[in-house]
Amino acid sequence: MEQVIGNISVLMTAPIFNFGLLIDGLLIGSIFALAAYGLALVWGVMNVKNLAQGDFIMIGGYLTWCLGRLGIHPLFGVPVAIVVLWGIGWVLYRTVISKVITRDLFTSLLATFGIAIVIQQGLNLTFGPDTQSAQAQLPTWEFAGGLITVTATRVIGFIFAAILAVAVILFMKNSRMGQAIRATAQDARAARVLGIDTEKVYSFTFCLNAAICGAAGALVAVVWNVQPFMGTTYSIRLFVIVTAAGFGNLPGVIAAGFGMGVFEQFGGFVLGAQFQQALIVLLLLFVLAVRQLQQLKVRQAVQ
Amino acid sequence: MNGAALQPLTFWLLLLFGITAPLLFPAYTNQIAVLWLMIVFASTWDILGGQMGYNSLGNIFFFGAGMYVSAVIQIGLFYDVGLYTSGARTIHIAFSHEQYFIGFVLGIAAAGIVSAALAVAVGWIVFGLRGPYFAIGTLGVAVAGAELMASWEWVGAASGISMPVFPGGPEAQKLFFYLLLFGLAFALLLFLRWLYSTNFGLAINAIRDDEEKAEAMGLHTRRYKRTAWVISAFFLGIAGAIFGNMTGFIEPRDIAFPTTTFNIFMVLMVLLGGKGTLWGPVVGAVVFHLIKEFTWTYFLGWQFVTLGLLIVIIVVYFQQGIVGWILEKYPERFGVKVAPKESRSIDGQLAAQPEGAE
Repeated sequence: MEQVIGNISVLMTAPIFNFGLLIDGLLIGSIFALAAYGLALVWGVMNVKNLAQGDFIMIGGYLTWCLGRLGIHPLFGVPVAIVVLWGIGWVLYRTVISKVITRDLFTSLLATFGIAIVIQQGLNLTFGPDTQSAQAQLPTWEFAGGLITVTATRVIGFIFAAILAVAVILFMKNSRMGQAIRATAQDARAARVLGIDTEKVYSFTFCLNAAICGAAGALVAVVWNVQPFMGTTYSIRLFVIVTAAGFGNLPGVIAAGFGMGVFEQFGGFVLGAQFQQALIVLLLLFVLAVRQLQQLKVRQAVQ
Repeated sequence: MNGAALQPLTFWLLLLFGITAPLLFPAYTNQIAVLWLMIVFASTWDILGGQMGYNSLGNIFFFGAGMYVSAVIQIGLFYDVGLYTSGARTIHIAFSHEQYFIGFVLGIAAAGIVSAALAVAVGWIVFGLRGPYFAIGTLGVAVAGAELMASWEWVGAASGISMPVFPGGPEAQKLFFYLLLFGLAFALLLFLRWLYSTNFGLAINAIRDDEEKAEAMGLHTRRYKRTAWVISAFFLGIAGAIFGNMTGFIEPRDIAFPTTTFNIFMVLMVLLGGKGTLWGPVVGAVVFHLIKEFTWTYFLGWQFVTLGLLIVIIVVYFQQGIVGWILEKYPERFGVKVAPKESRSIDGQLAAQPEGAE
């Protein structure tokens, strides 16, 4: 407890630290926002809550880490992860997801939870339970006399995430497939009547989501670190972001992603890193409770 | 033979098996005791998941809560809990016969009551949520419970508490906990059989089928949901207290709030056996536990990968479960004469409560 108060007083007396945490939070939040956008996409289009989202991220991260060990610069992990995860997404869609789309929501939730366990344990058996990080050998910049440090990897991660997010948004706005996806999200039946192959749209959406996660994972491995069981934390994080923002609300998802990053930086600094998971879970409960109070006003349940 | 005649017979057979099992298979007393625990898990999960349509991923919260409550009561009645946990490495505290059993009985009672009270409190947070939000929200509650206990020094934080040692030989201890778990499972099944035949059973089925309509018909859905959860939490709390004493050592992440093992097992067992029936969870628990006990050691570290695959396969391809499948295939054996298609859940209902309420 004294430590917590001490940390808070550090923040009060040296406001420059706040600024440093804020920058770090925003840079990391960009990756959360990217992956959360993928979750929102699948959620909105297919009405599948993908609990394996965080584990897709971990696969992308481990791919990048492997490349790094082979002597390839880890930033090349981004395109590799995109391609590989696209393939994994396609296989999973064919074998599992396509069979649960029309079923009730708990079915898809449980099925993706099963996938998540398989991926977690598979990664654990292949790579061991240690925390790994891909070294990019990039400089660290210091500002304000060393009080604020910004690592180049985080800035590059941010730029990559921004480029990918813009690319996906432009794709959704302008391309034929993007339009089909949005039409299916609005009304799948009407889309089918108008000649859109919704099966193909679903398959494409799920693969796209997996690819986005892969890219996010590659960035996570470079910027931060990966560990087989961290996937669950990411899934909960993304779930919090999308629940807080609402899945149809793209600017909201991005803002909530940044908010999550900043919240975690400050929470981690004040309480200590070991409370990270507890903080995220409490935030989840808080967001759900708030959503409920909002819905109570219009006498509806959160569903 | 129809369902009505089948039921008392099944109970007698179960009672016979329960009493003779430790005599017939003395080497497996502990495994069979865990089987009864699994049946408690599956049946309590089914109250919400199967009968009420609220799929919780956080029922384990009450199991862990019961475990910790009983530990704190059993130790706290005679010693200071903080000192006990901090001195666990250096000092050894022996409990006398009387102290042990007084603490044990009070601990179990308190575990059930506190778990039920917690269910009311948590119900305020989660029962406005539906479907996947409910599942994720309850999962959040369970994980939060584990994290809270893991950081609370007073109850031993992540290093756990060692429970008072059972006064008596290892054989007596085995038998004692076996009988307790068997008694709990048997009482739970009898209670559920009665519960599902009352108006309460019909009401929670109505909530499963269409909550809005049930509410429009004048059911106080929130009250029913809360009561159902309190019942489930009460039994889970007691189960937690007994299991905590049985293992002799409790620890937050892997024993008290095992979100990835027991917590998932209960869902899986119910789905495997057939949800929304009285016997489905029991069948599922027996089949799952047998498979698990016989094959688990041969997977050499791949157990959890197999578990994940099993979840996916059961959920995707075999969701009606064993009992559901039998009911669908031979409805006439259970005295049900309903047009086949789309009547599976109704069949299950009728088989579980042939006299019908009202």
